[in-house]
Amino acid sequence: MRYAMAIDTRKCVGCSDCVVACQIENKVPEGFCRDWVVEATSGTYPKLELEIRSERCNQCGNAPCVRCCPTGSSHYAEGGIVLVDPDKCIGCGACIASCPYDARYVHPEGYVDKCTFCIQRVRKGQQPACVEVCPTKCMYFGDLDDPNSEVAIKLKERKHKTLIPEAGTDPHLYFLI
Amino acid sequence: MKEELIISGRMNPKIDPELAIWHWEIPFYLFVGGLAAGILFFASFYYLRGKENEMPNTIKWAPILAPILLVAGLGALFLDLNHKLYFWQLYTIIKLQSPMSWGAWTLLVITPLSMLWCFSYLGELFPKWNWKSQMLSKLENYVIKKRRIIAWVMVFFSVILGIYTGILLSAFNARPLWNTSILGPLFLTSGLSAGAAFILLISKNKYEKQLFRKIDLIIIAVELFFIIHMFMGFLASTQVQIEAAQLFLGGDFTLPFWVFVVFLGMIVPALLEYLEMKGQKIPSYIPAVLVIFGSLMLRFIIVNAGQVSRYLY
Repeated sequence: MRYAMAIDTRKCVGCSDCVVACQIENKVPEGFCRDWVVEATSGTYPKLELEIRSERCNQCGNAPCVRCCPTGSSHYAEGGIVLVDPDKCIGCGACIASCPYDARYVHPEGYVDKCTFCIQRVRKGQQPACVEVCPTKCMYFGDLDDPNSEVAIKLKERKHKTLIPEAGTDPHLYFLI
Repeated sequence: MKEELIISGRMNPKIDPELAIWHWEIPFYLFVGGLAAGILFFASFYYLRGKENEMPNTIKWAPILAPILLVAGLGALFLDLNHKLYFWQLYTIIKLQSPMSWGAWTLLVITPLSMLWCFSYLGELFPKWNWKSQMLSKLENYVIKKRRIIAWVMVFFSVILGIYTGILLSAFNARPLWNTSILGPLFLTSGLSAGAAFILLISKNKYEKQLFRKIDLIIIAVELFFIIHMFMGFLASTQVQIEAAQLFLGGDFTLPFWVFVVFLGMIVPALLEYLEMKGQKIPSYIPAVLVIFGSLMLRFIIVNAGQVSRYLY
């Protein structure tokens, strides 16, 4: 089993519903976010291209945060989801410095926090909150090892990319382009 | 011109707009750790070479500073933690892939050893000292007998301590400026150079002074070579590392790095030490203080610049 998420950048309108849903579902403290929307404009005026991406932790297969964590608090859970155990976290910041996506932050209570693919929902057979609420249905979540899962089918059908694969992190957040 | 403009909705404190997770505590610790490593290395190394009587400042006096530095460094590390009461979790696991983990264990070995080392010389350095406790006097005699073993362990762990302060940063491939394996040897030499400078600062012994001037000159030359090597590596590497090097080659950190670290912290003291060796009269605290200052600045600049350097996507 390997959980992954694919986000259709051609359908995403950047409404930030995913951000709000996550903040409510995961009780993210005010002023912080586990997921966020990036608008990347590229090209030469007047030929410009806009890509909208809903970004979050990439649940890396070779996660630098898990490697650098001195206490084993950052670890791989089922389906390759990278989790932080708050009772083991000393808040040293090594994982934050090691993440090329800057997907982590220090929770006001002192431990480090990040996207968990809403593991509490996934364990109940539900979709992550961000996927569930997306009004354009541009996000797909599922098991990459299951060829019939929505995410596996989309990745087979569509051209896609990952973010900074050259960092060697084996990211599992895919962007359909 | 083809350009990319990125607007992100993320504004997490200490992460955006640029990483600021580590403040003064980490560079301060890296500095005192490196300096303590240098002092303890020379003390144990020359003890093992049988120079106890010729080099009393190196072997007996200078190490008194080491446990003070290490305890101050540990205090800074503790202050840096965001989840302070859980610090003991560091000592529930040895994680070899995490330099911070084996660094924490190294500190656990070398801090008490450096204390024992000083403890074993207190009676000799302060003849009027009286422990007023039979147990402590017994322990003193025992430690004095075991000095050789302590020296062997310390010579090994001081090198690990010195090199680990650099490897700690180079393990983070997300920060292209840190992600160079030369950082370990560079911080080790910088720590040894600061250690040699501290011995020069306190020593009144001619033999020791002349020896450490020579040692410091060689170490500074090696350090300069490492710095040139580091930039050669960056400029021949990927775009993100070229951009990391640009921080020092025209970017925001150019002036502090080349003026404080390279010119005032290496070239000027090296020249002064060379002139002193040739018989010129120069107050020897000037090059020594400059070297220690340069070593401190190196840690602050590398830690800050590294947090600015990043992947862009």
